[in-house]
Amino acid sequence: MKIAVCVKAVPDATAGRRIDPATKRIDRSVELAISDFDTYAVEEALRLKEEAGDGEVVVVSMGPEKAMDALRKALAMGADRATLITDSALGGADLLGTAAALAGALESESPDLILFGQQSADGGGACLWSAVAERLRRPVISQVSELTTESGSVTGKRQTEFGYDTIRAPLPAVIAVSDAINTPRYPSLKGIMGAKKKPQSTFSAADVGGAVEPATTVVALAPPPARGDARKIEDDGSAAEKILEFLAEKRLV
Amino acid sequence: MARILVFLEHHEGAIQKGSLGVLAKAGQLGGEVSGVVIGSGVRELAEAGGRHGAATVYVADDASLAAPLPQPRVDVLAKLVGDEGFDTVLFAQSVLAADVAAGLAVRLGAGLNWDLVDLDADGIGKRPALADSVLVDVGWSSDVRLAIFRAGTFDAVETGGSAEIKDAAVELQGFSTQAEMVEQAHADQQGPSIEDAEVIVAGGRGLGEPEKFALAEELAQALGGAVAATRAVVDAGWYPYSAQVGQTGKTVSPKLYVALGISGAIQHKVGMQGSNVIVSINKDSNAPIFEFSDLGVVGDLHEIVPKLVELVRARRS
Repeated sequence: MKIAVCVKAVPDATAGRRIDPATKRIDRSVELAISDFDTYAVEEALRLKEEAGDGEVVVVSMGPEKAMDALRKALAMGADRATLITDSALGGADLLGTAAALAGALESESPDLILFGQQSADGGGACLWSAVAERLRRPVISQVSELTTESGSVTGKRQTEFGYDTIRAPLPAVIAVSDAINTPRYPSLKGIMGAKKKPQSTFSAADVGGAVEPATTVVALAPPPARGDARKIEDDGSAAEKILEFLAEKRLV
Repeated sequence: MARILVFLEHHEGAIQKGSLGVLAKAGQLGGEVSGVVIGSGVRELAEAGGRHGAATVYVADDASLAAPLPQPRVDVLAKLVGDEGFDTVLFAQSVLAADVAAGLAVRLGAGLNWDLVDLDADGIGKRPALADSVLVDVGWSSDVRLAIFRAGTFDAVETGGSAEIKDAAVELQGFSTQAEMVEQAHADQQGPSIEDAEVIVAGGRGLGEPEKFALAEELAQALGGAVAATRAVVDAGWYPYSAQVGQTGKTVSPKLYVALGISGAIQHKVGMQGSNVIVSINKDSNAPIFEFSDLGVVGDLHEIVPKLVELVRARRS
């Protein structure tokens, strides 16, 4: 089985995440790292491949050229190859543009299963998989916390606001996994050393069907409204008394 | 004038409060407001849309729509928007709504803005981004505008009106019906709903072990509130699913939310950030929960909570 895992290279948490006031886009000039939520999808793909005894796991992403460095973490975990859609024409793509580009690359790859993480770490809408499934005209299951494959189909158990759903779909299918599905492995030293040598290819905008104009705009940025008089204290043995005082002050007790 | 359609999500014979809240918001935008109910055996839900501000409620009632799956709903909405000329489609955030809205965006070539906490009559939405560190004004350049509002942003308002009820066509695409619901295990509500509680004491992994939920229960009892839990402890079997707050649990907005041993991951935050006052106790001073707590206490909850329970009881008696 060939499994494609769609991942996003986001500004590393330690580097800080900010929106560039000039471009009104997320500043990606800092060090990039694969979004933590995506490592669960990589892990699940590796688990399925190992269970089946054969297959291929390819990591697919869109971003600036240096995003390839971030994709190497997935290769170090055990993915077989990485492919990056990178083109300045795709900068500032919104949901429609991103879905179109990913779908274009996925059509070239024609995997049996397409996996996503449950959301991006830097401000996504947690819905890209559904947009990609619509482009590909394939079934979609989101928030999956247990995944099994049978011959030609996939079954996902997922959690919603109301309880648990079990949904089955024929392959190829698009699945977004939740972070309850597994514990992602740490790359081994051997994996890290071998990652650079694994095949890494790129697609241009033209390769994936051209850039799609954004249908959303960012008009302005502003600091958020302050959350009242937020206080943080260290317990010096009197925290319980201080909490009670605070609750009394707010007339909550 | 804007022609606005609100996706009215429902569960077990009732339209979700979040959807009715979005109807109330739509009513302030100076347009003509319609709602749409999609499912099987859902015709009688349409009236509730009218009572909460919809002038027209479209009903797509078909056995093929019984399971709450997104893709058949995209088919119904795309046809309805095309046939009736809606220029704005609004959703309240949910697992289902996000999947429906994204599919519809691609189908219609329409822009989708998510996680909005406001929208004005000029078509500018407000979205807190990057862990709420910046407030972004967003707009649309497409003819049809799609928006998902952050859960719990707007309260439902009874207008006492009544809606004209119309049928929406159900013509499903082949690929839309390939995913099938095999089983739904929807937990029955146990005890009073945390959604209606004015005080909530929530426990996370920092409690250490399932037995320690007794601490949360004692504090909740002392404060006259209900007990909630994070997804991590529900998944671990420490507490029932009906008490789960977060992205795939309940969305709550009590007067007081006390978070015990909760790190404040984004999945949890989205379910409780609408609380009036947030008090958190966590031994990790770097826990994200402190970024949105009114009072954050760095310390050992196992020492602090028993004392606090005594103090609250003493004050109340």
